[in-house]
Amino acid sequence: MNEVLRYILMVVIALFALTTVAAWLIWLERRMLALWQDRYGPNRAGPFGLFIVAADTIKLFFKEDWIPPFADKKIFVVAPAIVAATVLMSFVIIPFAPGILIADLNVGLLFFLAMSSLGVYSIVLGGWASNNKYSLLGALRGASQMISYEVFMGLSLMGVVMLSGSFRLTDIVLAQEKYWFIVTQPVAFVVFMIAGIAETHRLPFDIPEAESELVAGFHSEYSGMKFGMFFIGEYLGITLISAMIATLFLGGWLGPAFLPPLVWFILKTFVFILLFILLRASLPRPRYDQLMEYGWKILLPVALLNLLVTGGIVLMMDK
Amino acid sequence: MNKDSGLVEELTSQFGASVFTQQHTVDEVITLWVLKEHIKDVLHHLKHNLHEPFELLYDLCAIDERNQANKNGSPSSDFTVVYHLLSFKRNYFIRLKVALQGNYPSIPSISAIWKNADWYECEVYDMFGIHFDGHPHLRRILMPLTWEGFPLRKEHPARATEMGPFKLSDEKQDREQDALQFRPEDWGLKRQSEDADFMFLNLGPQHPGTHGVLRIILQLDGEDIVDAIPDIGFHHRGAEKMGERQSWHTYIPYTDRVDYLGGVMNNLAYLLAVEKLAGITVPDRVKTMRIMLCEFFRIASHLVWYGTFAQDLGQLSPVFYMFTDREKIFDIVEAICGARMHPNWFRIGGVAQDLPKGWDKLVGDFITYFPKRLREYHQMVMRNSIFKARTVGIGIYTLEEALEWGVTGPGLRACGFEWDFRKKQPYSGYENFEFEVPTAENGDCYDRAVVRVEEMWQSLRIIDQCLKNMPEGDYKADHPLATPPRKKQTMQDIETLITHFLNVSWGPVIPSGEAMSCIEATKGANSYYLISDGNTSPYRVRIRAPSFPHMQMLPYISKGYTVADLLSILGSMDYVLADIDR
Repeated sequence: MNEVLRYILMVVIALFALTTVAAWLIWLERRMLALWQDRYGPNRAGPFGLFIVAADTIKLFFKEDWIPPFADKKIFVVAPAIVAATVLMSFVIIPFAPGILIADLNVGLLFFLAMSSLGVYSIVLGGWASNNKYSLLGALRGASQMISYEVFMGLSLMGVVMLSGSFRLTDIVLAQEKYWFIVTQPVAFVVFMIAGIAETHRLPFDIPEAESELVAGFHSEYSGMKFGMFFIGEYLGITLISAMIATLFLGGWLGPAFLPPLVWFILKTFVFILLFILLRASLPRPRYDQLMEYGWKILLPVALLNLLVTGGIVLMMDK
Repeated sequence: MNKDSGLVEELTSQFGASVFTQQHTVDEVITLWVLKEHIKDVLHHLKHNLHEPFELLYDLCAIDERNQANKNGSPSSDFTVVYHLLSFKRNYFIRLKVALQGNYPSIPSISAIWKNADWYECEVYDMFGIHFDGHPHLRRILMPLTWEGFPLRKEHPARATEMGPFKLSDEKQDREQDALQFRPEDWGLKRQSEDADFMFLNLGPQHPGTHGVLRIILQLDGEDIVDAIPDIGFHHRGAEKMGERQSWHTYIPYTDRVDYLGGVMNNLAYLLAVEKLAGITVPDRVKTMRIMLCEFFRIASHLVWYGTFAQDLGQLSPVFYMFTDREKIFDIVEAICGARMHPNWFRIGGVAQDLPKGWDKLVGDFITYFPKRLREYHQMVMRNSIFKARTVGIGIYTLEEALEWGVTGPGLRACGFEWDFRKKQPYSGYENFEFEVPTAENGDCYDRAVVRVEEMWQSLRIIDQCLKNMPEGDYKADHPLATPPRKKQTMQDIETLITHFLNVSWGPVIPSGEAMSCIEATKGANSYYLISDGNTSPYRVRIRAPSFPHMQMLPYISKGYTVADLLSILGSMDYVLADIDR
């Protein structure tokens, strides 16, 4: 009984913490972008404009929840829920610190890959159900981008699996006690990060929503809290990918003892979140065929080669 | 004029003396009246058979002559269609006029000779109701499809108050609603090819990538553009019609808003033509002040283009830095002119005030500040590899194509053709300045960007020379038509008092005649072709804006690219909607 209660408590805390973090990330991103772009950003509501998030949320809640008459209603409603749900599900397997995790699955990594693949349905269905040409183009782009990036996202992680001998994330973290995998798997780290940006549709890979071309891409027709779901889903996605990078390549909660493990984990995650924001502030967007070409012709061979070399080295070390 | 004697003789020997009537104009452009039956042959001859041909159809417009008080002995005509051609080798314009009789006359179309004649002829039809025989698709281009009447005809009222109250009957509403329906056939588009249905995408009139109210009808096969048709006219405010009801002086603020990023540079184009008509020579100080302000506006306009171009390609930050710098330019402009984007600062025969105290420090500070920023932007935008991937080899046109479509300005120089009116036909004293005319080789989006970036450096050089060599003297010409007139002598001498009184109450009366100016504006060649019949307001104002022909070229250069590339092409074109629609 206690076990069950503990789990439920964990889930509730994690859910609350994550959505709060994601919401505040919006503030963080806007402030950081403003800092890098010589402007102020939101600085009126509360200290440093921190309450802008609350104001935005209230606004989104009170907006008319409008479903276009030409849309496919059921799918239109379901689509935004999918993105938030799948990303939140992925957090289940992330070990925040020793003992602070929800489910220590022995196929944790596979679960993460499966969930992130499911996420694309929200884009495709949302774009399709909107019955809008811009949304459709955005959805198509999203689907093609996902197909090309899923492949080597998975492949890039296999090196990590080989070195740690497990799909379980706690094992992977513990396998990094000597070296972080960023040292032994630098190529995989880079490939995974690029795939992660593509996965979350962030600039420079925000091709499904490419504002200057497709207005708002797949979510052009969404407003109110349904739009809010896409929005929060995107920021949850950033948090997820950053947390994954921290776990898989930077030793998760591991770190010198003067800070508790959870703090180390959060610090590492935030470094990558900031990196994501900085990328958005600095890079233009490639064309989607260029992006796919880059994926299939460069990143996929690199990921495969990395796998081959890692496998060879692991075999040699075993002997 | 010496330069034209050979040409006119050659033409008369070719076609016979009865075909031509020569007219003398104050702007010294060769002006020939041609009989309607021969105009096509003459134009064809000028383009193809001359030793040094007239390659560019610079402008095509019409005049409603029916109310003109003073015709200066030119042939009688109800409507006149005017062709302006430019020869680069000869380095001068020729103006051909065709007199048309009757209320709704017609004239042969020349769209087979010049590709860019297409839109110009549509515009003339739209504004005057003159029919062009043989035009492939004569239609309304600026006015709504349901518009009744032809706005630039003299019987069409110039003010809404003259038009009677607006009524929307059910029938009219149905008609308007029906006109909003999109039917691909109306635009000459097929619904499907042999193996696929096309998708039609309305890009605009409200779209973040079109920089204003522009609608582009895209015929798509997947994301590949089969055809792209710009639908313009949403920004049409009748700037030319307004010219006919404003006084010569009070029209100046309207010019500011034609290329609204070019600010006072528009004033200059207009005033050069007015001053030719009035026979005013402005003092050197005025010339240099005008150049300095114009070059500031060139930089400001190019900065807007630079930032928004990067933003079109997804780069979020540069636009903020560049607008910050533009703000610094506006601080200087404000200190000198008292206003920012539309200073309305040039006057007939001079400028509004003298330079304020301390202007040199402001300008000097900017000259030391700006190069560092330009270098930074170069690093950030031009050298970015994703930016290059999105622009190199996209939207290419060759020099021949550019001339065929009437491209001027940076878009022309990006094809490797060193043509800049500031160098070739210097106006307002540009001949006294040292600067280069930047060019590039390939005529793609990237090269157009290269040319503009380099132009900012050159503008900075010109401003620096203005700062170091600002002549002393008056800020207004000592001429009775300079407006507002000088007041110095008004209390001593009755003649000056009368002139002053008339000039201020009526506005100046400009002697009858016609003149065209041509300047190198921010986006290409900008001209005002003014006709005066000796009145307090122009009889006809024709604005030749560079963006109009550039936009006309869009279908031609965007076919086969993707939607994403279209945004690169639009961004690199650097157009302003008000400059297209006027």
